[in-house]
Amino acid sequence: MALKMVKGSIDRMFDKNLQDLVRGIRNHKEDEAKYISQCIDEIKQELKQDSIAVKANAVCKLTYLQMLGYDISWAAFNIIEVMSASKFTFKRIGYLAASQCFHEGTDVIMLTTNQIRKDLSSPSQYDTGVALTGLSCFVTPDLARDLANDIMTLMSHTKPYIRKKAVLIMYKVFLKYPESLRPAFPRLKEKLEDPDPGVQSAAVNVICELARRNPKNYLSLAPLFFKLMTSSTNNWVLIKIIKLFGALTPLEPRLGKKLIEPLTNLIHSTSAMSLLYECVNTVIAVLISLSSGMPNHSASIQLCVQKLRILIEDSDQNLKYLGLLAMSKILRTHPKSVQAHKDLVLQCLDDKDESIRLRALDLLYGMVSKKNLVEIVKKLMSHVDKAEGTTYRDELLTKIIDICSQCNYQHITNFQWYISVLVELTRLEGTRHGHLIAAQMLDVAIRVKAIRKFAVSQMSALLDRAHLVASSTQRNGICEVLYAAAWICGEFSEHLQEPQQTLEAMLRPKVTTLPGHIQAVYVQNVVKLYAAILQQREQAAEPEAAQDVTQLMVERLPQFVQSADLEVQERASCILQLVKHIQKLQAKDVPVAEEVSALFAGELNPVAPKAQKKVPVPEGLDLDAWINEPPSDSESEDEKPKAIFHEEEQRHGKPRQPEADEEELARRREARKQEQANNPFYIKSSPSPQKRYQDLPGVEHIPVVQIDLSVPLKVPGMPVSDQYVKLEEERRHRQRLEKDRKKKKKKDKERKGKPRRRGSLHTESDEDIAPAQQVDIVTEEMPENALPSDEDDKDPNDPYRALDIDLDRPLADSEKLPVQKHRNADTSKSPEKEDVPVKERKIKKPKKKEKKHKEKEREKKKGKEEKVGEDLDFWLSTTPLSAVPPAPEEPGANAVIAAAQEEGEEARREEPGDEEEEDEDERDPEKKPSKHKKKKHKKEKEERSKDKKKPKKKKSASDGAAEPVENGALDEDPLPPMSSYCLLAENSYIKMTYDIQGSLQKDSQVTVSVVLENQSNSFLKNMELSVLDSLNTKLARPEGSSVHDGVPVPFQLPPGVSNEAQFVFTIRSIVTAQKLKGTLSFIAKDDEGSTHEKLDFQLHFSCTSYLVTTPCYSDAFAKLLESGDLSMSSIKVDGISMSFQNLLAKICFHHHFSVVERVDSCASMYSRSIQGHHVCLLVKKGDKSVSVDGKCSDAALLGSLLEELKATLAQC
Amino acid sequence: NHGKPRLVRFYQRFPEEIQQQIVRETFHLVLKRDDNICNFLEGGSLIGGSDYKLIYRHYATLYFVFCVDSSESELGILDLIQVFVETLDKCFENVCELDLIFHMDKVHYILQEVVMGGMVLETNMNEIVAQIEAQNRLEKSEGGLSAAPARAVSAVKNINLPEIPRNINIGDLNIKVPNLSQFV
Repeated sequence: MALKMVKGSIDRMFDKNLQDLVRGIRNHKEDEAKYISQCIDEIKQELKQDSIAVKANAVCKLTYLQMLGYDISWAAFNIIEVMSASKFTFKRIGYLAASQCFHEGTDVIMLTTNQIRKDLSSPSQYDTGVALTGLSCFVTPDLARDLANDIMTLMSHTKPYIRKKAVLIMYKVFLKYPESLRPAFPRLKEKLEDPDPGVQSAAVNVICELARRNPKNYLSLAPLFFKLMTSSTNNWVLIKIIKLFGALTPLEPRLGKKLIEPLTNLIHSTSAMSLLYECVNTVIAVLISLSSGMPNHSASIQLCVQKLRILIEDSDQNLKYLGLLAMSKILRTHPKSVQAHKDLVLQCLDDKDESIRLRALDLLYGMVSKKNLVEIVKKLMSHVDKAEGTTYRDELLTKIIDICSQCNYQHITNFQWYISVLVELTRLEGTRHGHLIAAQMLDVAIRVKAIRKFAVSQMSALLDRAHLVASSTQRNGICEVLYAAAWICGEFSEHLQEPQQTLEAMLRPKVTTLPGHIQAVYVQNVVKLYAAILQQREQAAEPEAAQDVTQLMVERLPQFVQSADLEVQERASCILQLVKHIQKLQAKDVPVAEEVSALFAGELNPVAPKAQKKVPVPEGLDLDAWINEPPSDSESEDEKPKAIFHEEEQRHGKPRQPEADEEELARRREARKQEQANNPFYIKSSPSPQKRYQDLPGVEHIPVVQIDLSVPLKVPGMPVSDQYVKLEEERRHRQRLEKDRKKKKKKDKERKGKPRRRGSLHTESDEDIAPAQQVDIVTEEMPENALPSDEDDKDPNDPYRALDIDLDRPLADSEKLPVQKHRNADTSKSPEKEDVPVKERKIKKPKKKEKKHKEKEREKKKGKEEKVGEDLDFWLSTTPLSAVPPAPEEPGANAVIAAAQEEGEEARREEPGDEEEEDEDERDPEKKPSKHKKKKHKKEKEERSKDKKKPKKKKSASDGAAEPVENGALDEDPLPPMSSYCLLAENSYIKMTYDIQGSLQKDSQVTVSVVLENQSNSFLKNMELSVLDSLNTKLARPEGSSVHDGVPVPFQLPPGVSNEAQFVFTIRSIVTAQKLKGTLSFIAKDDEGSTHEKLDFQLHFSCTSYLVTTPCYSDAFAKLLESGDLSMSSIKVDGISMSFQNLLAKICFHHHFSVVERVDSCASMYSRSIQGHHVCLLVKKGDKSVSVDGKCSDAALLGSLLEELKATLAQC
Repeated sequence: NHGKPRLVRFYQRFPEEIQQQIVRETFHLVLKRDDNICNFLEGGSLIGGSDYKLIYRHYATLYFVFCVDSSESELGILDLIQVFVETLDKCFENVCELDLIFHMDKVHYILQEVVMGGMVLETNMNEIVAQIEAQNRLEKSEGGLSAAPARAVSAVKNINLPEIPRNINIGDLNIKVPNLSQFV
């Protein structure tokens, strides 16, 4: 043995360790790959050895190689071997390697489940820790499902080190296995108040992540977080919480109001920049959410903007960047307050950091107004010239265009200026955004009628500029501009001053070097120009000149006919023929101009991009319906090729006739125009906007500057936009003078009554600046009755959607985390799943009882829901200073009553034999439709998960040979019907049955559900329940009532009807059973009159009613037993004939236990009290006797419980 | 400055080639930035979506780059990097790049105590150091006898090697993508 060890270590001496490997790689720089492949071979050898140390070393090296980009998935199995080493040293290496290279596709990962489970429950906290860390990196849905319960247990581990890791990993588990969220959530919530700051921050972290995705489900946590925020000093946690609030406020404006104050305090007090920044961010979010109808927050805005200014002015670039980022958020809602800092933003444009410049650009976008647009763009243009690096320049270019074109060009007052800016931009070298400029040119030219003349002149100048065309192939992109230029010149050729010159420019041979689609546009527009020229010449009676032009066309067009681009070729040959024909006609002195220009008559209207989509489907037209019944498969196969062929034939059958006489063409054109006129979707833009504008009194007086067009035309190579700036200023000045004059005139007229005001204030607000042109921004066409767009851009595949789960709903048993090896939990209490019927219950139980059960379940749920809602409402409506949420009892009781009221209403509506579906529909109070939907969705999911779970369980049962006998309820003899309701009191009028329920969330409360059944022929009303409180147990009464007052039952009972009311009791100690005396008083009304009646009762709070069925995993159970801090006691009951199976079921049902493990006639059971006591039972069945050994963290409680158990068993 | 990664940690699955590519691109992005400009980079196409930011810090020849999404506070992450580096410094006693190069595994373990599964686990440096030391002690006690010879051998090897490369200019990239995994 010793020898072997020595031998092992000698062997190892010659192995390389990680350091050697690194060193080796560094020494083999030239042939690194070769060296590494050699090392990998060595590693493979090492992995074959038995020694775990050698293997671990090899795996460690592999991890390094993985980082260098080598695939090591082939070693996955060896990694698992190392993971399962008993020594921490090796285990850690294994888990590290696994976390680096395992992923969902790794098939061996399923082998790790048991190993991980073992490590998780290891006594060494570091084993557990390392397993958690590893698992966090490669958790898969399967692992998540199988291990969720173990991790849940670890969340209450004694060591904070483990707790925080377990809490954090839950997020990963939720992501992979969303069903675990609801069961785990209460505990997660608990951890928010963990004494250890690390655990607390982990919990905050997880909840923040969850809430970021589906904030509305976490609104109910707001009070808790609020408390944390005001009490915590950990900046890290604070930042997280504040970020979370940022996500929550948009959903609940009242929350925002409450937040403002503490946040402003923080802003003032904190010295940490990061915290300050996040505070400002959230305040902004709050302000955004409040922006509607809350005018008096300007102080907060001012504060934010001020602080941000400080950030931006800081020398630290990081702060500057973030400041700008936050500023842009304010900008969206409060542009005015940001505009004050224009200077600062412009300054940032000069920053050397590109990220900062980009952010500043974003800001500028929102800051422009009519007034400063020209100035800002001028500034940007100068940056464009200076900018080095094409990406930034392109960014600038797009920003300029964005800024100018935003909101339908609302900031542009002078489109001539804009066009010249665009023209200037075309001079940029090598930009990618030529098409953008082109699109802008087209857009402006088409939509602003008044600018066309100017635009055309600019464009023709552009077409004239050979240098642009010459090097166009190198400058990809910018030549796109020519596309726009050619089109504009062609389409609006009537505005051209020298069409002949432009025509020649467009027919230059160099044009053929342009991309095909531009050439195509050239060809088409050449004809338009040609038509215009013809017309001119003929009107001027210059047939010679007209023929010259035709001659030019005939000469030049062939160069396009030879083009390699199909489109160009086709158009060119078509037009060439046309022109030749015209030439013939001209030779005969036939006037053709009229007809040629008719080719291009009619005007184009801009159509909104979405218009097509918005055309409503006419009634009676079903687009999905088959026009003809689809042919059967066999047929279609034969048919297809034929059909294609047929189509082709048709196409050929319509030969193109370029020579087709123009009359024919013109006629068609006419017909189409006619058609357009009749077509409702071809509405010409309504002339109203500009008309109305002009009709306004006073506007006519605005002088329209006559701009000398010759100036830009003659110096086409120079930047011209500056001139417009000057002109614009002049114009404004003149305008102002004019206005003043007018004002004076007016005042002169009105002078009689009014005292004269101070002369003229030269406040130049936006409104004062009238546009230079009578700009008619033609609104884009939309079909009438266009449907409002409601695009749902939510991605259905979003993994976070799965986590959109309503957390306020109480847990259903069926949702408990799947716990392996036992599953009796499900059989004990009815899950609220009517959808997944538990067979025996359905059959055996009388319908009525079942219904009652359901009702109760439903009511509870509703009560809970309301409670949460009300808590939040209450909290939100309290004054901002009181950070503590209200005492839990009062709203609880209120809620229950409210719920019961609803229940009452519902009950009245209900028919005796009502269907499940109806139940379901009624279940959700209509007030929250969103919740409704969500629930439905969830229910489906649950169903699915249930389905999924079932086969899984079966599998594990068949696999697990070592596992104890399953005690499923499905196999043996069915259970007798059971009800947890027991009789409370009864008289001739009324019968009361009750049940007591605790929940793990509330450690000092139980809910007593009392079913009241009217047994008389009288109508029972004004029912009131009064209970004599004991020191220990008290009825939760509505606020303001004394201990002697009763609690009204929120419904009335017609004859023969039963209904259920719930009452909340608070309990101090749960270790002994309690009895409370009480009275139900009511008025019974029948035909003869009404009598006042009462019924005394005794409420028995057994210890059992403080237990809550909690599943427990057998390992945890074993650990619990071993821990030694449980006291023990036992009982024995003789003379029992019932089968063990049913016996267990009975204990489970009546005493809220769950079976942990069952072997033959011996079973271990577990339950938990609402105050967290663990109760463990070992139930053994002898011949005719049953012995029960109990262990519990509280001896007194155990004693009482066993007594009760004994009583139950004695009945068997 | 060749962009050799010293430690790479992805919390979201990428195939090895993509990982390498990401490392390379990140390195180029980060390298061309001056020291006096801000430490944030918008991720862009690199690692998917504008929700992600690269946040880096430059220490001598090393860049520490974290890629995070919008749920993290930018300045907070900068602080976290500082915490991480200081922790390294404490654990290695005057950390230098060579330490990181030769003890990648240890650096990983330290990182594991700071960031777990893409989420920030602990920001308290003393706590981190305490846990690391406890684990090291555990390792030592386990090692006991059997590990001693190996260490001795390793020491001998160090001596035998003529020169341990002194010049550590070669590489300097250290990429982690902590929060990616959270947000696929």
